[in-house]
Amino acid sequence: MLQTRVARTRRIALIGLAGALAVSMTACATSDRDAGGGGGTGGTMVFGTVGNPKMFDPAFTDEGETYRVTRQILDTLVQNKAGTAELEPSLAEKWAPSNDGKTWTFNLKQGVKFSDGTVFDAAAVCANFDRWYNMKGAAAQSQMIYYGDVFEGFAHNEGKATGDPVYKSCEAKDPATAVLNLTKAKGAFPAAFTLPAFAMQSPTAMKKYDADKVTQSGDSFTYSDYAYKYVSGTGPFKLEGWDQGKGEITMVRNDQSAVKAKLDKLIFKVIPDENARKQALKAGDIQGYDYPAPADYGLLRNDKNQVLIRPSFSVLYLGINQKNNPKLADVRVRQALAYGVNRAQFSQSKLAEGSEPATEFVPKAIAGYTDDVTKYPYDPAKAKDLLAQAGASNLTLKFYYPTEVTRPYMPNPADTFTAISEDLRKIGVTIEPVAKPWNGGYKDDVQQAGKQDIHLLGWTGDYNDAGNFVGTFFGRKKTEFGFDNADLFKALGDADAAAAGEAHTKAYQEANKKIMEYVPAVPVAYPTSALVVSEKVKGITPSPLTDERFSTATVN
Amino acid sequence: MLRFIVRRLLQAIPTLLILSILVFAWLRLLPGGPAGALLGDKATPEKIADLNRVLGLDQPIFVQYFKFLGRILTGDFGSSLASGQPVLSEIGFALPATIELSVGALIIAVGLGIPFGYLAARFRAGILDNAVIIVTLVGVAVPVFFLGYFLQDNFAELLGLPSSGRQSSGLDATHVTGFAVLDGVLTQEWDAAWDAIEHLILPAIALATIPLAVIVRITRASVLDVLNEDFIRTAQSKGLRQPTIRRRHVLRNALLPVATTIGLQTGLLLGGAVLTEKVFNIRGIGYLLAEGIERRDYPRLQALILLGAVVYVVVNMLVDISYGIIDPRVRVR
Repeated sequence: MLQTRVARTRRIALIGLAGALAVSMTACATSDRDAGGGGGTGGTMVFGTVGNPKMFDPAFTDEGETYRVTRQILDTLVQNKAGTAELEPSLAEKWAPSNDGKTWTFNLKQGVKFSDGTVFDAAAVCANFDRWYNMKGAAAQSQMIYYGDVFEGFAHNEGKATGDPVYKSCEAKDPATAVLNLTKAKGAFPAAFTLPAFAMQSPTAMKKYDADKVTQSGDSFTYSDYAYKYVSGTGPFKLEGWDQGKGEITMVRNDQSAVKAKLDKLIFKVIPDENARKQALKAGDIQGYDYPAPADYGLLRNDKNQVLIRPSFSVLYLGINQKNNPKLADVRVRQALAYGVNRAQFSQSKLAEGSEPATEFVPKAIAGYTDDVTKYPYDPAKAKDLLAQAGASNLTLKFYYPTEVTRPYMPNPADTFTAISEDLRKIGVTIEPVAKPWNGGYKDDVQQAGKQDIHLLGWTGDYNDAGNFVGTFFGRKKTEFGFDNADLFKALGDADAAAAGEAHTKAYQEANKKIMEYVPAVPVAYPTSALVVSEKVKGITPSPLTDERFSTATVN
Repeated sequence: MLRFIVRRLLQAIPTLLILSILVFAWLRLLPGGPAGALLGDKATPEKIADLNRVLGLDQPIFVQYFKFLGRILTGDFGSSLASGQPVLSEIGFALPATIELSVGALIIAVGLGIPFGYLAARFRAGILDNAVIIVTLVGVAVPVFFLGYFLQDNFAELLGLPSSGRQSSGLDATHVTGFAVLDGVLTQEWDAAWDAIEHLILPAIALATIPLAVIVRITRASVLDVLNEDFIRTAQSKGLRQPTIRRRHVLRNALLPVATTIGLQTGLLLGGAVLTEKVFNIRGIGYLLAEGIERRDYPRLQALILLGAVVYVVVNMLVDISYGIIDPRVRVR
């Protein structure tokens, strides 16, 4: 009995102690809530995204989730017209190249301020170009992927992959006029000025928060606080915070911006699992999300959601490695493969709504696309005939395809492989399948070792220039394709150097004709992707470049 | 005792060293490498080579290993390739989410498991017992991800429960400890606490099914064993009241193996919430692990594996030490 009483006393004491502890902890923790209240009228939109951004300084990445955010908070000099890849004014009202293409003059919008309150003018434009060109440190330079691609080199190159810089200088002639001097003309301009990596940021904020500081951290890099918290631009929203625990990036309307956002608040909520995104939309946790599964389009529409399909800016191709198999060096064999693939059926049955069979390596939305190329409509009889003429009727091909991956241009690699293999078997080709994990050696085997005879790969464009597609694939000798065609390399080099405008477009159209005569690979399809928003959301236009801006969006 | 503890600590060092070599070698042997993962799909071989130089990945493997060892000894696990954040800070954010979810699941599993197990044993071969056996069989057999999607599809909308994340988007909640429910209570932001509880309900149910089924079955078997013991018969013949027998003699004795099972299940819950966290978009340890594997996030994977191993080694050591305290013969041996 005594024991029971002692135990009960102890229990009461313990409960009392726990209660006291809880009260004291409550006293220590205070709410940080703003007593003020919002006061806005445009509402909040929560949009489900597929992955975490790396940080928010676009100069140091080529990654889409970072760009999704920076497209709302930063502006470029020139931008893509909503829903297209055509150029339109942004921070520059006008832009014009010199006759030799080495000088670009930008007439800037006036009265624009960065979100930190400083003025946007020609000096700020030049400060941004100078920042990129003068970037110090191998770590920082290695992460400036688009700057390296487009401007080719730095004031002091610290890596071997960069060469002579295309950038020479920038002059602020007056607050409204910035003049960019280049060492050579480059076909990527002016379209490349739309790249989020070249968005204008406040020089004052960048200096204050040491934006150029990139430090190696193990096998990766860390950036200054600027890149995570203080990115300052002229966009319709400004960054409010990134809640790592909830996986949410919150932006609020930037009242300093020339373009006024209709929403008060925009939240990007990271939900990597596609089904979880769908459920979150259904439950009303989010008002839209990116990359719905094509199989769900119908169901989503039945639930009164809007499936917004992006015009294609991707190409899926069947790669051919001429070095590995001598038969493939014969153009008739390559043509036979092109005639042997039933692209129309594949696009219709295996790809998302809106996808089309490809006739060349440049999608239709891009300047340089031409309908006037040699076409290879599905014709198995002709394919067999060509193989017989080339003495390759018993052709055996090692067909590499990736596993454990989906790509915008290849939503289901195994399905793609099966469909194309079946087509090729019908024309008498024996297929030796080789499946490799995407992150487990596929790209190494195909692009660096060239172990394959044929393979699946593709590309999603970065800006509206044909060189971004065909120049990347066939502009030089590559292990992936194993051919050496000086004539084709020259045509693509000339097209890249052609002055912007009509001449540039024409030069790429000519190059595309040559490519489709030579058939270095088989273009298969122009796949599409989509985003979905609830019926309450208005004002979002799907962009071929995934360049959706939420400033025009409203949530009812 | 001190000598025993020191000896155990010294024994842990080679274990962790060997593990660090294995983890390091495994990740270095994977094709692709950090440079490929950092530069993305469009990386050229030249750029990858450049970045390998910057990261020191072109140096001899033992030099790389000693640098790696030096870094982790100073607590620097590097930054995640997937999120750009220091890995330790990511884990700091994720751990409370996993603990909160596991505690929620345990409350359900224990709260329902013990009573149902007991009742099934008490009314053995009755309708309840048969129903419990069937339901627990289903509970063990059904895949967690399937149950997660099923709950989302059928109950989220019906019950008005959120199906994704830990708290509603845009909710102005103060973070103190990282535990959403606790923070809401501590800061007296009751709406935030309730919101966090609502977010926990469906994932905790999904995660609780397997431990619940296990606990029910163990409790049932254990109660049946105890009911057949001589001391129960003695208690009955002494004329003790049935509720007293059940509470003091049956349940108390039957709960010993159940307690061991709960301990084991807790460990499994903390380490195995990968699917639940993925389906319900809860940024816990399992979520980090799954995303790390998908995105070839070498620094994150290294940290998760090594820290997991350290926890395992330390827990084992503590258990050994506790044995040493309880049973001095262990120390002598």
